[in-house]
Amino acid sequence: MRFRISLLLFVMAGLVVAFAPLPVPAITPQERTFEINAHQFAYSPSEIKVNAGDTVTIRLVSTDVVHGLYVDDYDISVEADPGQSATLTFIADKPGSFRFRCNITCGAMHPFMTGKLTVGTNNWLYRSIALASIAVIAFFPLSSFKVQGKTKEMLRRL
Amino acid sequence: MNRIELTRIPFIKNALNSRYPQLAVFIVMLVGYIFAILAGLIGTPVGSHNFSIVFVWIAWWAILILVAVPFFGRGWCAVCPIPLPGEWLQRGAVLSPPEKRPKWLNLRVPKMFRNIWLQNISFLLLALFSSVLLTTPNITGIVLAAMLFAAIGLSTVFERRAFCRYLCPVGGFIGLYSQTAPIELRIKDKQVCVTCEGKPCYNGSSAGYGCPWDVFPGGLTKNTYCGLCMECIRTCPHDNIAVNLRPFSADLAKPSTRMDEAFKAFIMLGSAMIYAGVLLGPWGIFKDAAYNVGSSAWFVYAVAFLAIIFVVLPGSFTLGILNTRNTIPLKQRFASLSSALIPLGLMFWVAFSLSFVLTNASYILAALSDPLGLGWNLFGTANATWQPMLTSILAPAQTLALVGGLIWSARAAQKAANEVKVSPIPVIVYCFIATSLMLWLLL
Repeated sequence: MRFRISLLLFVMAGLVVAFAPLPVPAITPQERTFEINAHQFAYSPSEIKVNAGDTVTIRLVSTDVVHGLYVDDYDISVEADPGQSATLTFIADKPGSFRFRCNITCGAMHPFMTGKLTVGTNNWLYRSIALASIAVIAFFPLSSFKVQGKTKEMLRRL
Repeated sequence: MNRIELTRIPFIKNALNSRYPQLAVFIVMLVGYIFAILAGLIGTPVGSHNFSIVFVWIAWWAILILVAVPFFGRGWCAVCPIPLPGEWLQRGAVLSPPEKRPKWLNLRVPKMFRNIWLQNISFLLLALFSSVLLTTPNITGIVLAAMLFAAIGLSTVFERRAFCRYLCPVGGFIGLYSQTAPIELRIKDKQVCVTCEGKPCYNGSSAGYGCPWDVFPGGLTKNTYCGLCMECIRTCPHDNIAVNLRPFSADLAKPSTRMDEAFKAFIMLGSAMIYAGVLLGPWGIFKDAAYNVGSSAWFVYAVAFLAIIFVVLPGSFTLGILNTRNTIPLKQRFASLSSALIPLGLMFWVAFSLSFVLTNASYILAALSDPLGLGWNLFGTANATWQPMLTSILAPAQTLALVGGLIWSARAAQKAANEVKVSPIPVIVYCFIATSLMLWLLL
């Protein structure tokens, strides 16, 4: 019985860590402009950070072949011809960390030409590490219980 | 529930006993494999539009690492086309044993090679060139062809499936991770095997061939080296072979003490982490180094790759287990406790592959209609546009895989630690640090 109560408590703690809403710092949205150079097979800068609510303008400059920039989850993109630039403007209204990647086949390593956009804090990463911590912390007391019957059978199967 | 014998179900039993269902799958796979070689060699050099890259490194890889290995263990080996031509040549037959077998050298593989070190080396060789291999169709074609010809060559020199058992770079890690799968091939009654005359499951008979994987089924205690070819089901005169459904990672209850297997766990864990950083990370300098084979940057990358796998990861693991006061030799503790990394490594690969596969899966439709990139439109999907799939659930799915892998490994560490009578805490802490690093790389 104590095992099941403890397990339930740890599962609930995990759910809270994973899904509890976090306070969002009140930061006045700004207009942010970034110039990103694209060349085979990298962006420079490859990581950009903005605050949630910012209006973000990305000026993509391609320095060799045609490159694109597609932002995961935002589902928006821009393409730039060699030596040219193109502009993408959007409101960063989804917090978190997102890959941006080339969406125009630009050479062998094209599928791996990626960068990272962080909007606000990368909370999911911290939540995930917290979940991993809870899992480890929970493991020791839970595995020390002398359990019987169906619970024992369930654990043995793990 | 301990085990459910699947071979009690007449449909499954008959399907495994007959050679024809397996042959039908083999032929489809072999045709696909040869087509992948040809596509790589004569198709478009644009990887994302070439059948060899899209179907081998996206479609096949996704099926292998997300479904086949976790749920069916060596299920892929059961239908893999690579050993077939060599095996048919070796046997002088495609189906049942012929009356007169061809006279090949039929040598036994030298004892020094009867381990998985060669598989570790062959995997690392491919891993060091993986950025080129994964993206360049003709290199993929050449490597696939080389594996086919190596398997044929070894079949004419050595007995059984020497390539699969001792050289295949894929078979090595499938074997390692097959220990976690909820499926196994085992004998039903040991006494029957002890008294069985001639051991036809190992030596062969008119009903079938001796185990191609050089395994005596009577001694099978884990999945690592059983290729699920089902030959022993056909040859056993006592109907003493069963395919069972079982709990996940049942084999890890009795961890291995072999160093080649221990290092395999580190090779796979380290490779997944390095790939997550190099291929999926935002750092162009690493991608350049990994891709420009032969450049000084590539040599630095190769040295760093090998140093992480052979020094940093096993070294820090050893430091973690060094202080445990124990009479069992450190080498044995190292090998046994490293088995706890097997579930974690598998889940690292699942998390890494989810990102890679979901992003690039939409290439499959286009490559299906135009496999050589020659402008065909066989199924009307040649112009399907690239679109990442399910990116909104990617991060939660990766977290689930990695945290789940951590819990699974903690459980495996506890079992392994019980075997060598030490505390599992250092291993669990090690797994936690590795998981946190992988989370940082992927999220």
